[in-house]
Amino acid sequence: MNAAPVSPVPTEVDLQTVFEPTVIGFTCNWCSYRAADLAGTARTKYPPNVRLIRLMCSGRLDPAFVLKAFAEGADAVMITGCHPGECHYIEQNLKALRRFRLLRRTLEALGIEPQRVQLVWASAAEGVHIAAEIARVTDEVRALGPLDWPADAAADTGINLDSAWEATGGQEAELAPAEAEQAPEADR
Amino acid sequence: MSPLPTTKPKLAIFGAASCGGCDIAIVNIHEHILEVAAVFDIVLWPTVTDGKYSDIEAMADGEITVSLINGSMRTDETVHLARLLRRKSQFLVAFGSCASEGCIPGLANLSSREQILDTVYSTDSTENPDRVRPRWQVGIPEGVLDLPEFEPMLRTLDQVVDVDYTIPGCPPESDQIWAVLQALVAALDGTGPLPPRGSILGAGDSTVCDECERKRDVKRINKFVRITSQASFDPEICLLEQGLPCNGPATRNGCGAKCPAAGAPCIGCYGPAEGAADFGARLMSAYASVIQADKPEAIDAALNGIVDPAGQFYRFSLAHSLLRGSRAAWKTDGEH
Amino acid sequence: MSGNGTTPAEGEIRIGVYVCHCGSNIAGTVDVVEVARWAGEALKDRGVVVAREYKFMCSSPGQELITDDIRDLGLNRIVVAACSPHLHESTFRGATARAGLNPYLCELVSIREQDSWVHSDRSAATTKAKAILAGGVERVRRNVPLDPIDVDINPATLVVGGGIAGIQAALEIADAGFHVYMVEREPSIGGHMAQFDKTFPTLDCAACILTPRMVTAGTHPNITLMTWSEVTRVEGYVGNFTVTVRKKARYVDADLCTGCGVCEEKCPKKVIDETYEAGLGYRKAIYTPFAQAVPRVPVIDRENCTYFEKGTCKACEKFCEKAAIRFDQQDEELTLQVGNIIMATGYDIFDAREIAQYGYGRLPNVFTSIEFERLSNSAGPTNGRIVLRDGVTEPKTVGVIHCVGSRDRNFQNYCSAICCMQSLKFAHLVKERTGATVYNFYIDMRTAAKGYDEFYQRVLEEGTLFVRGKPAEVTEAGRLPGEDGKMVIQVEDTLAGRQRRIPVDMVVLSVGLKPRSDAREVATRFGISSSSEGWAIEKHPKLDPVATMTEGVFIAGCVSGPKDIPTSVAQGAAAAARVLSRIQNKSIRLEPIKAEIHAEHCSGCRICNGLCPFNAISFDSVLAVSSVNAAMCQGCGTCVAACPAGAISGSGFSDEQVMAQIEGLLRIGMNGTAPDRRRFPVASGETTGDRTAEEVRA
Repeated sequence: MNAAPVSPVPTEVDLQTVFEPTVIGFTCNWCSYRAADLAGTARTKYPPNVRLIRLMCSGRLDPAFVLKAFAEGADAVMITGCHPGECHYIEQNLKALRRFRLLRRTLEALGIEPQRVQLVWASAAEGVHIAAEIARVTDEVRALGPLDWPADAAADTGINLDSAWEATGGQEAELAPAEAEQAPEADR
Repeated sequence: MSPLPTTKPKLAIFGAASCGGCDIAIVNIHEHILEVAAVFDIVLWPTVTDGKYSDIEAMADGEITVSLINGSMRTDETVHLARLLRRKSQFLVAFGSCASEGCIPGLANLSSREQILDTVYSTDSTENPDRVRPRWQVGIPEGVLDLPEFEPMLRTLDQVVDVDYTIPGCPPESDQIWAVLQALVAALDGTGPLPPRGSILGAGDSTVCDECERKRDVKRINKFVRITSQASFDPEICLLEQGLPCNGPATRNGCGAKCPAAGAPCIGCYGPAEGAADFGARLMSAYASVIQADKPEAIDAALNGIVDPAGQFYRFSLAHSLLRGSRAAWKTDGEH
Repeated sequence: MSGNGTTPAEGEIRIGVYVCHCGSNIAGTVDVVEVARWAGEALKDRGVVVAREYKFMCSSPGQELITDDIRDLGLNRIVVAACSPHLHESTFRGATARAGLNPYLCELVSIREQDSWVHSDRSAATTKAKAILAGGVERVRRNVPLDPIDVDINPATLVVGGGIAGIQAALEIADAGFHVYMVEREPSIGGHMAQFDKTFPTLDCAACILTPRMVTAGTHPNITLMTWSEVTRVEGYVGNFTVTVRKKARYVDADLCTGCGVCEEKCPKKVIDETYEAGLGYRKAIYTPFAQAVPRVPVIDRENCTYFEKGTCKACEKFCEKAAIRFDQQDEELTLQVGNIIMATGYDIFDAREIAQYGYGRLPNVFTSIEFERLSNSAGPTNGRIVLRDGVTEPKTVGVIHCVGSRDRNFQNYCSAICCMQSLKFAHLVKERTGATVYNFYIDMRTAAKGYDEFYQRVLEEGTLFVRGKPAEVTEAGRLPGEDGKMVIQVEDTLAGRQRRIPVDMVVLSVGLKPRSDAREVATRFGISSSSEGWAIEKHPKLDPVATMTEGVFIAGCVSGPKDIPTSVAQGAAAAARVLSRIQNKSIRLEPIKAEIHAEHCSGCRICNGLCPFNAISFDSVLAVSSVNAAMCQGCGTCVAACPAGAISGSGFSDEQVMAQIEGLLRIGMNGTAPDRRRFPVASGETTGDRTAEEVRA
């Protein structure tokens, strides 16, 4: 079996006690996703911390996806794509590179370490390479510790707005003067 | 003292953490304000009329027809009043940039509460030899005085209560305000439709470029530059094409593209376009996509003209962005 | 809107989840029973109506589980957790479609390649499978029905490049009864093969096998030949390309010219022929590159023609009986309408001057392989006599150096594939024609095709001496006895394990192949991708070697990398077969993974305009909005991500789908439970909810 230079796969005990980062990885359909497929076919082991999303191209990567991943609790994000010059869409990976350089500056201004968002090129033939990179990023982020970005608490409305809305007759309703209105029920 | 009963729909206008510009923008509808007063019974507008919170408290839930709240949620008092008005109002409107996305006060979310208080009370520019700090509870001979607490982080109105409509802008343009008020009056009269809940009112469906008169071509940017004098830029050509980081492409239209017309890049006060999850992400992605550089060093060189990325991309929208602020804002305070 | 223009069908979302064991491939590492149980319970509020596990989901009974459930339980979304979508996405989408549901409402998530096969810890792998599944469930909720796009195919085809690969492709299509436009940059078709004398390993004469094909192509009623022409612009998309061709002025009326050759004979201006004769011979200022050229219509080389230089001469005009000379001819622009394009633009030769230590260009008797081809060609400048640069002396000793510029990190890292065989051919020809002693210097001997190794053995038996080692230098500075008046090849013989100095009279550098110098520019023009070296990239290197990522543009021969003649011919035929199947089908069905610009939200800022390498985005200056041509869009999504107004949506990979998948993937923490998230801090007084106005003022 092909073994990438990986850190020990955490055991169940570790997972309860030791910090294990969650990494979201964006892959492109043509190179890096296939590299991950190849890592699988070759049974190349890497840490289970990464969870991959398939895009058609790294050029599809909207910086908002990275921000969303952090906002949803990811500790790090890997952006992966074809090597420069080998993009299946000719040069769209270079747009990903440019966005990555700018995004990283902004994230630093927001206090997020550069290691938490990394760009990795991997061709469809580089299963071992992508496995090693996943292991490297996981190790680096484990050393950094959790990001632990706060969750978005649902707005505390103090009122059941949907019922209030329905009470007004919904979107198309025409509003009568206030006196004629049934005041919506408050739920507290 | 409660107001006398009236048959007119009730209107409340309230300013939370704001500069007062929104109130001025409302007054700037000039004599139309008399029409507003004729149609509505203005139950609360601290800037303009006398009104007591207790009067609002005493109202039945939903008794106020429309509340316009400007300003952001910076103290627990404003949070409380937002909730109060939500409960008492059939329609709650986030009025202006502060209420809808945090605006300039939202940039405080780049710092922790401690850092902000340090800056205000403990820097050389402040005469404060006893290093006095505001306290939320103060013991006085009569007992304990409870004062508005400065929130650890600034929030937008919709992060505190459900919001029915949003009117963007810093401040919203007065003609747009008047148009929205007319539409509301028409809806209340039964002569016009009620906009779908969640609508953005007083603004367009596209972005500032839609209203901008400058000539534009395929975008190719070699490097970003800072504006020094207007003389060095072509008065007719798209500012972004000249390397000025103009936020117009990502900013909702409705303002009339006044800034670019005057030679100043759009700073983004009308907030993101419809459906955009994160204003800054939209701009970062757009800017970076059209940089004419493919090597990391060359890309960095082109980007060096954007000296303050967080300020450039989140000048108005930080508190309403996906991350809401910097790590410093929540980490230090939370970990005290 | 930033995502899909269309919204999911109204009503309840009913998702079926199917977890595959894949025998023990998945079940051996992932607790699939637990994953299915968890999905049925924990994702119930996310619309999961049924969650099953099955031994082999891709089997007929496995697919029937899906089709039955769609019918019986009214499912309207399907998530299969099994292998890579690249393997079975079409299988499960097919099953979904058979049950009457739009196939794009089915998602396949990989818990094999990305989970069970790459992790060993059962608990961690099971947790990850749940996360991957939750991501799929959230994503599929935002999937919308998509319909493939059908595009009509214009039966005419453009073949770019008239080498053997292009000729083969053109003949196959023309013989099938469809029209072909063949564009060739040089005055004649034939390509590199026309320069060769013998072809390995059979040693048949290149001209004998190539010329008949050239003639057939030149006279075929279904082939419009355009030599001395270049494609300058490609617009449109599969089925409907509009191609602009610049036909360079020949200064000869092709309709009148009979190809008699008198003009060439009478032209007083001799020019060194750098192209066809590789600098070893001469041609005239009006010339056809070689005797068997197709077409037989000469061109005037304007830079060297006396008339164009000095304004007098016109010898060709005087002697042309058909009065076919046209000094006032201009370049022409032609517009072609074609449905498919085959690019067979070939290769360039590595410039041996780059390796200064081998002395090419400095030492007269160092030749390149292409020079040697001309030297050994019976129709070449020496009538096939292998002689030194003086034109008379036969060499007594010849050194052939393999891998010049190839397999060399300083130059080209790749193997040029044909050099071993051409070097063996050179050794054989030298032996046969001069009886000289021949040394071949090689790194590894690569003779892997039919009849190739037998040829190697034959050359071995003929007495060619093989030295395994890459020569360090070729020098004239002899210092040992026997080196006088000779060149010396300094080499480490890696089999003997020692340094050797071998005196020779002639050195032949077997130079590698490299992409055309303008390969990148051409690739961009045709909207295809190329590797970092410049070779065109196949749609799939193994399974789709003649297709490209751009629908309707195919590749054949050395445009995608070094190849021998049989492979180039096979690729030409293969590309033609692909085009023919398109033509026969009359239309093509395109994947509905496309970008779309919503005009009402587009501000016409033109950020997206320069981003599409397939030129699918255009700007309407009247309406001041941009739009995407769906047939040209390849679905990469770059413009979707770049639109500052969020006015571009991407079907199949919408913002909503990706954002939802992120949420789903993070629904479960590394320890297998829902993550205990921190909340944004709020004022201490807020925790009890709102206080009354009295409390605020108290």
